[in-house]
Amino acid sequence: MESFELKRSKDSVNSDQSAHWSSFPDEVLERVLSRLKSHRDRSSASLVCKDWYHAERWSRTNVFIGNCYSVSQEIVVRRFSRIRSVTLKGKPRFSDFNLVPENWGANIHAWLVVFAAKYPFLEELRLKRMAINDQSLEFLAVSFPNFKALSLLSCDGFSTNGLAAIATHCKNLTELDIQENDIDDIGGSWLSCFPESFTSLEVLNFANLTSDINFDALEKLVGRCKSMRVLKLNRSVSLEQLQRLLVNAPRLAELGTGSFSQELIVREYEELESALSNCKNMHTLSGLWDAKGIYLPALYPACTHLTFLNLSYAALQSLELAKLLPHRRRLKHLWVLDTVEDKGLEAVGLNCPLLEELRVFPADPFDDEIVHGVTDAGFVAVSFGCPRLHYVLYFCRQMTNAAVATIVQNCPDFTHFRLCIMNPGQPDHLTNEPMDEAFGAVVKTCTKLQRLSVSGRLTDRTFEYIGRYAKNLETLSVAFAGSSDWGMQCVLGGCPKLRKLEIRDCPFGNAALLSGLEKYESMRSLWMSACNVTMNGCRLLAREMPRLNIEVMKEDGSDDSQADKVYVYRSIAGPRRDAPRSVLTL
Amino acid sequence: MEVNYDNGLNLKATELRLGLPGSDEPERQTTPRSNKRTLSEISSSGVTDDGNDYQQDSAPPAKEQVVGWPPIRSYRKNCIHATGRYVKVSVDGAAYLRKIDLKVYRSYPDLLKALENMFKLTIGAYSEREGYNGSGYAPTYEDKDGDWMLVGDVPWEMFISSCKRLRIMKGSEARGLGCV
Repeated sequence: MESFELKRSKDSVNSDQSAHWSSFPDEVLERVLSRLKSHRDRSSASLVCKDWYHAERWSRTNVFIGNCYSVSQEIVVRRFSRIRSVTLKGKPRFSDFNLVPENWGANIHAWLVVFAAKYPFLEELRLKRMAINDQSLEFLAVSFPNFKALSLLSCDGFSTNGLAAIATHCKNLTELDIQENDIDDIGGSWLSCFPESFTSLEVLNFANLTSDINFDALEKLVGRCKSMRVLKLNRSVSLEQLQRLLVNAPRLAELGTGSFSQELIVREYEELESALSNCKNMHTLSGLWDAKGIYLPALYPACTHLTFLNLSYAALQSLELAKLLPHRRRLKHLWVLDTVEDKGLEAVGLNCPLLEELRVFPADPFDDEIVHGVTDAGFVAVSFGCPRLHYVLYFCRQMTNAAVATIVQNCPDFTHFRLCIMNPGQPDHLTNEPMDEAFGAVVKTCTKLQRLSVSGRLTDRTFEYIGRYAKNLETLSVAFAGSSDWGMQCVLGGCPKLRKLEIRDCPFGNAALLSGLEKYESMRSLWMSACNVTMNGCRLLAREMPRLNIEVMKEDGSDDSQADKVYVYRSIAGPRRDAPRSVLTL
Repeated sequence: MEVNYDNGLNLKATELRLGLPGSDEPERQTTPRSNKRTLSEISSSGVTDDGNDYQQDSAPPAKEQVVGWPPIRSYRKNCIHATGRYVKVSVDGAAYLRKIDLKVYRSYPDLLKALENMFKLTIGAYSEREGYNGSGYAPTYEDKDGDWMLVGDVPWEMFISSCKRLRIMKGSEARGLGCV
């Protein structure tokens, strides 16, 4: 990652002082700046002086817009004229959990229309939590002759017909990555829309489509796309079909299998094992739906170079995981279901010394009667064996303050700490105290912490700790926590790098909301739902801070004065005009 | 909630239905709650016609389904029920429960044989008309809606995805189910 040493001239730029800088020819400056890849570095560079601002904007080819409503299409295309790649994010993150009303917005179409006019050579579009319909996909497919890469993550509004349009028209497509979207899955015939002459695909991910696909078409497609390096299948693809695909794609670097539980005879099993072991470049493996323990050994030879293993769709038991891991000493990223239990996590601690990321998902999150899953013990076991751990997402039913203190002592480099104790407001399992000290230990010890999700019973103490110690914190998620406005005030008064704050079901009210007035302009957004904020509080905020967009979503049947869901974000585009009736813009 | 005052009466307020007042908010999830229905309740009250689930009074907040919690993405939720289905099995008269993984079995005969072996009893053969008449026991299960059903009535795949727990009833009580 390159970074620039930026020296601001002491006085503001004027023709005398800038002589030193303007002797730098524009072309050279642009060439140099074009090597900057990081958005933040580019932002910083553009702030140095006017020359740098222009050189930067002329050399930028990739624009990242973290909140599609923070800026308008006109402003974007006016500033940047040579964009080849766009990344856009739309809805607030809690829309992933059904907290945002239908038709909230974040529709891509208006953007596409402007891009078609101003960026006809657009090659890449990466969308997260945007609404996109089939007509838009078709418009995209026919408007950009050089289009190469489409990535849709957590989007909604389209069907497989839209995918058919992409397959039909995008002659230069190298990447089609459709992950975790709310798709209307009409059927798998879209795959047969890729023409016979089409051979450029390198990345194909349709893992979350539910219907059967046209396997014949897929097999032919994989056969002729010799540069394919990422292939993530959906559950409908069987083991036998997987083997046939792999024979034609031994250079795959990332594989997502389909269902891993077909009845195989010995010969078929051996063929599968052989096909998998021929994939010498494979570093990422996922899928493995319904994986039966007896077929897992087929993976052993293939996986010696694996760095990322995603078992979060395979309900493995602890022993099965324990047998799988000893060959995976290079693992850096591991995702599992909590069916592996603490014993399985012990095996992780023993076998994966290089582990950097662990995610443990719950197999039965909505059933309180299930008593298995993982506990504090499993997490502690991992921390002893994996000192390089810096990213964790952990769903559990019990945790203790002491365990978390031990964990962060073993792994002080956490950048992302997302702990979800599934029963809201649950205290320390052993002492019955709040979990304040746990998160206190996290923020005190992990100085590099960027993202934190808290859970369990928490008083304002937790937020005092966060405000005081979490100097690098950028994203904070809070649910069912805190005792009073003071908690939120501590966070808003501390945390100098805070960008995203999302809060639900906490006793924070207007005083808390209004304590962050200036802060919100340095943040991307604030979400508060089911708290104690009122319409008057929101109106006051709107009045004081005209450069913020304040949106309130009301729920049916609620009190007129309550602001059920509040979304606050900075914007240079002014209030949006496409909000549905359920969203009030103040 | 609409209030129809056309003829001076607030008909909605006097509308008869089961469930707590205000419990028909559109946003409440209808995924399974932890209401356990005893068989005596089934035989006396029957399943409600309008499809409203019978809710227990004062369900403690911890067990109530909260929208969007735990924070699991919906595409994951759709996969979850189909990964390894451990369900509890109780037998009338047995001291303790067992747990089995439904995913291990491929068909009803497979499952029933395993249950017979596990509990050392005879369940016999299923017939659509008469259930398990002729044996001493009838296997029943609680489905996603909280209803108690006779094992074997629905296709196997549907059973696997909707079965929450099994109860093997003793013959005398079981006969009543054949008539429901």
